[in-house]
Amino acid sequence: MFLQNTFNFSTFNFQLRNMLTKRIIPCLDIKNGRTVKGVNFVDLRDAGDPVELAEIYANEGADELVFLDITATEQRRKTLVELVMHVAEKVNIPFTVGGGISSVEDVEILLNSGADKVSINSSAVKNPQLINELAGKFGSQCIVVAIDAKQIEGEWMVHLVGGKVPTDIKLFDWAKEVEQRGAGEILFTSMDHDGTKNGFANEALAYLSELVNIPIIASGGAGTMQHFTDTFIEGKADAALAASVFHFKEIEIIDLKNELKRNNIPVRL
Amino acid sequence: MKIVIINYGAGNIQSIKFAIQRLGYEAVLSHDEVAIRNADKVIFPGVGEASSAMEMLKASGLDKVIPTLKQPVLGICLGMQLMCNSCEEGDTQGLGIFDCDVIKFDNSEKVPQIGWNQIENLKSDLFKGINDKEYMYLVHSFYVPLNDEAIATTEYGIKYASALQKDNFYGVQFHPEKSSKAGAQILQNFLEL
Repeated sequence: MFLQNTFNFSTFNFQLRNMLTKRIIPCLDIKNGRTVKGVNFVDLRDAGDPVELAEIYANEGADELVFLDITATEQRRKTLVELVMHVAEKVNIPFTVGGGISSVEDVEILLNSGADKVSINSSAVKNPQLINELAGKFGSQCIVVAIDAKQIEGEWMVHLVGGKVPTDIKLFDWAKEVEQRGAGEILFTSMDHDGTKNGFANEALAYLSELVNIPIIASGGAGTMQHFTDTFIEGKADAALAASVFHFKEIEIIDLKNELKRNNIPVRL
Repeated sequence: MKIVIINYGAGNIQSIKFAIQRLGYEAVLSHDEVAIRNADKVIFPGVGEASSAMEMLKASGLDKVIPTLKQPVLGICLGMQLMCNSCEEGDTQGLGIFDCDVIKFDNSEKVPQIGWNQIENLKSDLFKGINDKEYMYLVHSFYVPLNDEAIATTEYGIKYASALQKDNFYGVQFHPEKSSKAGAQILQNFLEL
């Protein structure tokens, strides 16, 4: 009984403090201008067309989209810029573009093509000053720093190249540093949880959320609707990102938002 | 209808142009004084840092033009902030169209505010057909305190003015071009003023 009351009080409080909603963000992996992971949308005319998929997600109530480009050819920038233009033309919600962005020039061309935000990862670790330069030139609001980390002997360590390459940088030190350098948001992916569908890294997320005063996007581990509720309440995340649960229609965005609302989590419906 | 989006180097203007296109209109990007004066509707965008945006505006000479416009003008995000008396960001002097000052959120909430929040106390034809407490997409660290020119309010730790109007000048802190169907309706309302 006591626990129940405490819980209600804290969620009530949390709603009174502000009306900003928690965001649900589908992530699309892109290669050569096409979506990479299989998608299970019977209503798609072209299963590999990221623009069509983006429009569907926008109509279903996604709050934002992330496009992660994994193209490794010389044509990559050109195809990515074309994609960004097409998305901006059709989609009426904000979107972030990430993957291989390493210079002020890269960011400028993507923002000018219609991207709302860019996300940088390895390039920021290799050259932290890039964060200051980008925030100074374009404003913190459009600079997302993506951090991939996993636990090594109980310590959260930053990894590069999709978790393959370890560094000697501690997650929480790096998060604090990117905030100080002007990042507007942190997209934290737990490599220990990514792909498991066992839930987000809520303990690390909650610590992160208290540590810095910029929004935290939780990534890695989404499997059920309860996992989203947990990451917003226990993980104190401001937004949650997922890919396959949405692409394979294991979770419908509208159902997810209704479920979150039932759990007193503020969402846009 | 001639629609001009002021192009002075600050902002994601492509998105606004596309949003207007989705409504069936064509907008021109321009920094030419004659084109701006001859437009039926003028949109004044802006994202980024206030003092550098103001510098770019001054370099184009448009800081003298905008306050003298007679047709409906819509400032979006930083565009709206620059239409105020001053911005705390970069200690910037604004265009003085709206009689208010833009100040920074304190750290009781996360800054920047990023995401979808509600607009309420709607008081303008700009919001025709828009429900009270409709969600809009916002990204900002600085805000306009409540004042007599407010035509919408939003709450983020404190209640603040998320849209302003004075005569033919309108300003919105949120991004209608990124705010789904309701945002599109607000842009349409502006074009039909």
